[in-house]
Amino acid sequence: MIKVEHLVKTFGTTHAVDDISFEVNEGENMVLLGTSGCGKTTTLKMLNRLIEPDSGTIAIDGKNILDQPAENLRRGIGYVLQNNGLFPHYTVAENIAIVPNLLKWDKAKTQKRVEELLEKLHLDKNYLNVYPNELSGGQQQRIGLARALVADPLVLLMDEPFGALDNVTRSKIHGEFLALDELKRKTIIMVTHDVQEAFELADRIALMDKGKIVQIGSPADLLFNPVNDFVRDFLKEQHLQLEFKTIKLSDVWEYLPDAGKKINTSLVPASSGVWEALENFKFYPRENINVLNQENKEVKSITFDQLMAAFSKFKNHQSHE
Amino acid sequence: MNEHQQTLWEFMQQQADKLGVQTMQHIGLTFISLFIAVLIGLPLGIYITRKKQLSGIVLGVAGILQTIPSIALLGFMIPVLGIGAKPAIVALLLYALLPIIRNTYTGITGVDATVKEAAVAMGMSKWQVLFKVELPLAMPVILAGIRTATVINVGVATLASYIAAGGLGEFIFGGISLNNTNMILAGAIPAAILAILFDFLLSRLQKLNFKKIKGAVKVAPVLLLLLSGLYFIPSAYGSRLTAGFTPEFMGRQDGNLGLISKYGLKIHTIVINDAVMYKAAQEKELDVISGYSTDGRLKAYDLVVLDDDKKIFPPYYAAPIVREDALRKFPELEKTLNLLAGTITDSVMTELNYRTDYLHQTPERVAKDFLVSKKLYKPERGGNEGIVRIGSKIFGEQYILASMYTMLIKGYTNYNVATKTGLGGTKIVFDAMTNDQIDFYPEYTGTGLLAILQAWPKTVTRLQVSKDSTYNYVQQEFAKRYQIKWLKPIGFNNAYALMMRQKQANELHIKTISDLKRFLDSK
Repeated sequence: MIKVEHLVKTFGTTHAVDDISFEVNEGENMVLLGTSGCGKTTTLKMLNRLIEPDSGTIAIDGKNILDQPAENLRRGIGYVLQNNGLFPHYTVAENIAIVPNLLKWDKAKTQKRVEELLEKLHLDKNYLNVYPNELSGGQQQRIGLARALVADPLVLLMDEPFGALDNVTRSKIHGEFLALDELKRKTIIMVTHDVQEAFELADRIALMDKGKIVQIGSPADLLFNPVNDFVRDFLKEQHLQLEFKTIKLSDVWEYLPDAGKKINTSLVPASSGVWEALENFKFYPRENINVLNQENKEVKSITFDQLMAAFSKFKNHQSHE
Repeated sequence: MNEHQQTLWEFMQQQADKLGVQTMQHIGLTFISLFIAVLIGLPLGIYITRKKQLSGIVLGVAGILQTIPSIALLGFMIPVLGIGAKPAIVALLLYALLPIIRNTYTGITGVDATVKEAAVAMGMSKWQVLFKVELPLAMPVILAGIRTATVINVGVATLASYIAAGGLGEFIFGGISLNNTNMILAGAIPAAILAILFDFLLSRLQKLNFKKIKGAVKVAPVLLLLLSGLYFIPSAYGSRLTAGFTPEFMGRQDGNLGLISKYGLKIHTIVINDAVMYKAAQEKELDVISGYSTDGRLKAYDLVVLDDDKKIFPPYYAAPIVREDALRKFPELEKTLNLLAGTITDSVMTELNYRTDYLHQTPERVAKDFLVSKKLYKPERGGNEGIVRIGSKIFGEQYILASMYTMLIKGYTNYNVATKTGLGGTKIVFDAMTNDQIDFYPEYTGTGLLAILQAWPKTVTRLQVSKDSTYNYVQQEFAKRYQIKWLKPIGFNNAYALMMRQKQANELHIKTISDLKRFLDSK
């Protein structure tokens, strides 16, 4: 869907982006991860020509992005900014309708679409006529997302989209983000410096340093097969937590006992990470939880200790492989 | 002056027509120039946000324009734009430029970078970013600049009357010249009210929220144009010649009022400041001006005085006036001062003034050259038999006379001299004299009669017939009232005069004011 080849951008003597190439598949969620100054934001902004590259090519859907006027290109790409960038002099409805108005949609169509998005993002209709400064940070960020999604673009670029939010709001929005059906069809490139966020939201991660991509791969690849010490060190601090998030219940399925009594409580799907299952124990430390394996419709009821034991068996087995 | 004291309210009612016209002109001038300043300043301010390297130069130049004193700026305009509305509007708009350019620049550069980036990333063109995002968000700051410019313009527009562009300045400066407090206030109070009113209205506009401002911004240009339309440019129709008179001359019986009542002179007249009047006459913007008969500019600009054949201008013969006790204290003084009596004619005084005012020679040099040529000059004796204190008013002619007297006293007597020159106006120098701060200074008979003695109009009319009767009257009255003695007249008469360009006067065969009237009346 997106193909980047030999992209170079220099600011003065600094090599902000130094000959990088990568591809993003349709519907994939690619996260550009790295510390500030690694070139991830510059890379992102070259995709919608907010920054023009010195050399290299970018093709979206097989077409070189230089082949059409920048304005037309941008109207077809959603863009979400860290500080939301909502127009303070536009109401919520006007803010969301910016791109439809640029594309000269008729009023009824725009209004219908705006209301639809608002509902999907769990925002009350009454917010339509208020100004952004009357909303909370989380609400503003949702409006920013709605604005990017309104014209149903194939590609969505997100620059630290949740960076300005507090932790509680952020994890809540992460959940909504993963659940939003509109986003499932989109090819997304997201920039973040937050390792947790990258692991939670990414299909693949491109870890960048000094203008180059150090490693590109799935979260598990980065975690379990780091190409060098830089990658290993980058993930070291939160390694255990990342493992909990990366390893799914289905991965440890074979190590889980099948002895527990099946109480009639809610089921945790086996596609969830170990982390999610652990979070369920937070509320019921002494009790069992029920895990459903969608493939064979099997249900296992497990305790906290059993899950931890299965996790370490899986890890042991992996390192001996 | 013993008439019933007129109140401000009565004055304003009596002059309601004039006041209305001046107020309209004032508003018109303010807003025409403001409108043009916005047309220039707003795009320029936007342009320098795109070309930041130019911002320093543009803001610098606009800043320098702001520091040029208003009257000087108006003066610069005359050779280029003449007098009247054009130079006034240009000068006003130059003053209004800085706040508009600067606030446009600050306002737009102050728009949140994230918002601008979002606008571009949504796919807005650069014009859409400008009109839909940058300008609306910068509008409160830009409006603040326009508000500052408006208040500056209301203030500076009072000076427009200096160059015959009308406005409330006509009352203010006329009132100052005529020492008429009511007239000053009749101009100053409406000007102040206008400034406060516009400031208030614009502050309200500034505080409107985004929704309402969209509408307001659309109405504003229309409103500006309407207000600008209030200025009817003073018409040049109705007469073949144009006269420019000072505000003071306009309001005096021995000025324009006398010209109308005694001569029946009907000429298209505009009010103008003394400082630019002569220049405007030379530039052929004006044909007839009011001036002083010994002014050096007469010679500098090749002007000729029209003979006042019906004697409406009272004589202003110059003579030293001395405290009687000083004459007793310094017995040699009267004889010495009278050495100058009858030696300086009108044309000689004009010449001497020309040398100080236009050739920029020092009054001392001019004084010495003159005394030498008249074989009156003697080297200093360096005497120490007491100090004579000389005063003078604050213009060239008085400095020259004071220098001459200094040289004569030092050369002919054993007295030393202390000079206290440049004492403001008549009131200041005369008060210094009655309070025993100076011993003598050169005064004019007309001034003595009208300004100091404040004689009744009837007396003035009676005395106006001859120079001697005026001189005799002031001599008697000063001796009686102030124990001050008028010595012998120096010779020249520095009276009000109408003047024209020499060449034009010759071509039209105009030598006297009556000639001028005949010319104007003939078709």
